[in-house]
Amino acid sequence: MLLSMTGINKSFGDVRVLTDASLQVGPGEVMALIGQNGAGKSTLIKILTGAYSHDAGSIEFQGADVRFGSTAASQAAGIATIYQEINLAPNRTVAENIFLGREPRRFGLVDRARMQADARTVLRRFKLDIDVNRPLQDFEAATRQMVAIARGVTQNARLLILDEPTSSLDEREVAVLFETIRTLKADGVAAIFISHRLDELFAICDRVTIMRDGRTVAVSPMKDISKVELVRTMLGKELAAFTAKKRAHGDGEGAALVGVENLGAGVRVRDVSLTIGKGEIAGLAGLLGAGRTETARLIYAADRKERGAITVDGRETNYVAPADAIADGMGFVSEDRKIEGIVPEMSVRENMTLAILPKLQKAGIVDKAAQRAIVEKYIAALGIKCSSPEQPIRELSGGNQQKVLLARWLCMNPRLLIVDEPTRGIDVGAKAEILKLLRSLADEGLSVLMISSELEELIAAADHVTVLSDGLSVRRLASEDITEANLLSAMAYQEVPA
Amino acid sequence: MTAAEDTAGPTPRFNFAAWLSRYGTLLAFLLLIAFNVIATPNFLSLQTLNVNLTQVATIVIVAVGMTLVIATGGIDLSVGSLMAIAGAIAPMILLGAIAPTTDPLVVLPLAFIVPLVVAGLLGWFNGFLVTHYSIQPIVATLVLFTAGRGIAQVMTNGNLQVFKNPPFQFVALGHVFGIPTQVLIMIVVVAAAAFLIKGTALGRQILAVGGNEKAARLSGIPAKRVKRFVYVISGVLAGLAGLIVVARNSASDANLVGLGMELDAIAAVAVGGTLLTGGRANIIGTLLGACVIQLVRYTLLANGVPDAAALVVKAALIVVAVYIQQSADRT
Repeated sequence: MLLSMTGINKSFGDVRVLTDASLQVGPGEVMALIGQNGAGKSTLIKILTGAYSHDAGSIEFQGADVRFGSTAASQAAGIATIYQEINLAPNRTVAENIFLGREPRRFGLVDRARMQADARTVLRRFKLDIDVNRPLQDFEAATRQMVAIARGVTQNARLLILDEPTSSLDEREVAVLFETIRTLKADGVAAIFISHRLDELFAICDRVTIMRDGRTVAVSPMKDISKVELVRTMLGKELAAFTAKKRAHGDGEGAALVGVENLGAGVRVRDVSLTIGKGEIAGLAGLLGAGRTETARLIYAADRKERGAITVDGRETNYVAPADAIADGMGFVSEDRKIEGIVPEMSVRENMTLAILPKLQKAGIVDKAAQRAIVEKYIAALGIKCSSPEQPIRELSGGNQQKVLLARWLCMNPRLLIVDEPTRGIDVGAKAEILKLLRSLADEGLSVLMISSELEELIAAADHVTVLSDGLSVRRLASEDITEANLLSAMAYQEVPA
Repeated sequence: MTAAEDTAGPTPRFNFAAWLSRYGTLLAFLLLIAFNVIATPNFLSLQTLNVNLTQVATIVIVAVGMTLVIATGGIDLSVGSLMAIAGAIAPMILLGAIAPTTDPLVVLPLAFIVPLVVAGLLGWFNGFLVTHYSIQPIVATLVLFTAGRGIAQVMTNGNLQVFKNPPFQFVALGHVFGIPTQVLIMIVVVAAAAFLIKGTALGRQILAVGGNEKAARLSGIPAKRVKRFVYVISGVLAGLAGLIVVARNSASDANLVGLGMELDAIAAVAVGGTLLTGGRANIIGTLLGACVIQLVRYTLLANGVPDAAALVVKAALIVVAVYIQQSADRT
């Protein structure tokens, strides 16, 4: 075994988060690590990388007993972690990022020519031919991820930890990433692959370690386990199928609430038209970069539109800022909870009432009783798990954070809720719960615009789907036409052959 | 995880670093008082109290504004210069250099209102640079840090303005119920700011903007307006402190009023436990932080240590305070 963690225990204060957890990875093996949010995956990984220290248990890496005191120590030993939120310097060049902290030197100075040449060589291994002298922020998420992996590889990593590596990648990029992992695997580099996308686990992983409630509950070769069994083991119960019931009139024939015509701004949104009916879940599909989030941001006035018209209830809107859209009954749950959603230092209560604050004040003073009533109502209604409304939101699991953000808008009693990737980074159980919640809200008359990269999610929940491709709305699918085949063919519309 | 999620109340786990970051300043304050009671002769006297409080009052007033600015993730380097400007305008009005009158009924209100309005407008200018041009706060406020003192010197031709106006000087030298007026003003400012942060929607919005500006904006919070507001408040409070200083001295020297105040204020904020990265505002902490710095200085002076050495101790205090903050955040 390359890595063998056994009998790991860990408590925070008097809260036990890991009990006798274990994880074994062989050389050149790709190990899937799955579990619901809060199952203890990230704690286990943080113990491995030295970010946390364990209370009991042993870690053996490359035949030696280890206990890394810091992430730097684990890196030096050959463990590279590629995080969800990529830990690189966006305004430095690609080459600089790859060699950050260990630049090749010549006469004591950085040897830029060699650094660039080396960077090109390592990226070419991953079939990535980019200008290594451009700042990292110029590139898309997938490329940035490759650079992070390249950085790990040049550090002679023997074990890569990939935490939700595909969450911001489209299918083509995922294929490139998998190719990279296979290349590394051939060189004997092992990987721990953490993902909520089950298909990907079956595509790339050799074995799977399943965690639940802080324990390792099963280890199995990937080929010996079925998807249903995997989910069942992870949840500890049968997955309630989330085939939310569609509306009878769910074909966009209901009265339109929002109409978008020939919307455009910049190059990302070129010409988008769509309608959202009252009480409907309208899906917005497309590949990464198709302009889905950008379109939603224009509707919500988070960005300014340059062309086209948006009407709400037949009246053309001229919002200047999100505050205007909010006043008109809109809410927006953004794609990136950490960057655009939560205020991490604040409590659940304050995060939930952030948008409604202006309505909760009397002469500028917050009505604490009314605030508490709202918070208690939605914690109960949405089943938000928190120790108290005063718990800092950063301590909650992803699914519960998402529910708080949904509650932030639901308490405003909105007419239109825009949700961008509402189930990203959320475990399967909570996913079904959130989709069901959206469905029942739509049944009560709320209109929802749902952006999603997960086809099955759109198929299960949306009444109709508008497909974007390269900034154009290319197809609108209603009820039974929403199938995987139809969605895929629409997304591939006008794709220029490489 | 489930165990924690099922409990109804806040989990009672003890974390020393977090405790220290929360109550460390108070603890230091109490320890200093205890030490002085034992070691410093005549410490427990009304005079000692008054000396210390009057010396700390202006720092606290400015530091409260600074706390609000820092809570939004900004910083205001211009406070000292704004003090000099406000401190230059008031005597000019009192001495009839601006309006051709010295009628107390006219000049007295003007001597308060005009400097505060000017300081507020300059604060707004800081906020405008920060929000409209997206200039980093430390650079944006450097503009007035540098230019402000120059403006004050030009206004007064670099001359020392000496004046005597008891009604005006009441803000510094007067007493209300035996309490020095400036201490009373300090208490009012602290109480108002603490209430702003804890009790008002605007206060929560200030913290939200500092904690996550993008999220705040998407939640409909007018982030730019909130930011401009805190710079205006910081400017007005700096102006107020400037008035107190010149009233206390019966003289206004544009070269000296508020010199180094920005650093004293930032130090008080840091020692008081407000994160310099924004998202938190501990007004009472700032008050305690300023008191601790003052008391350390007093303790050293009263026990024969020169003022220059006290500066080193002040620096050490800041390092310790920031260290405690960070170790609390890591756990």
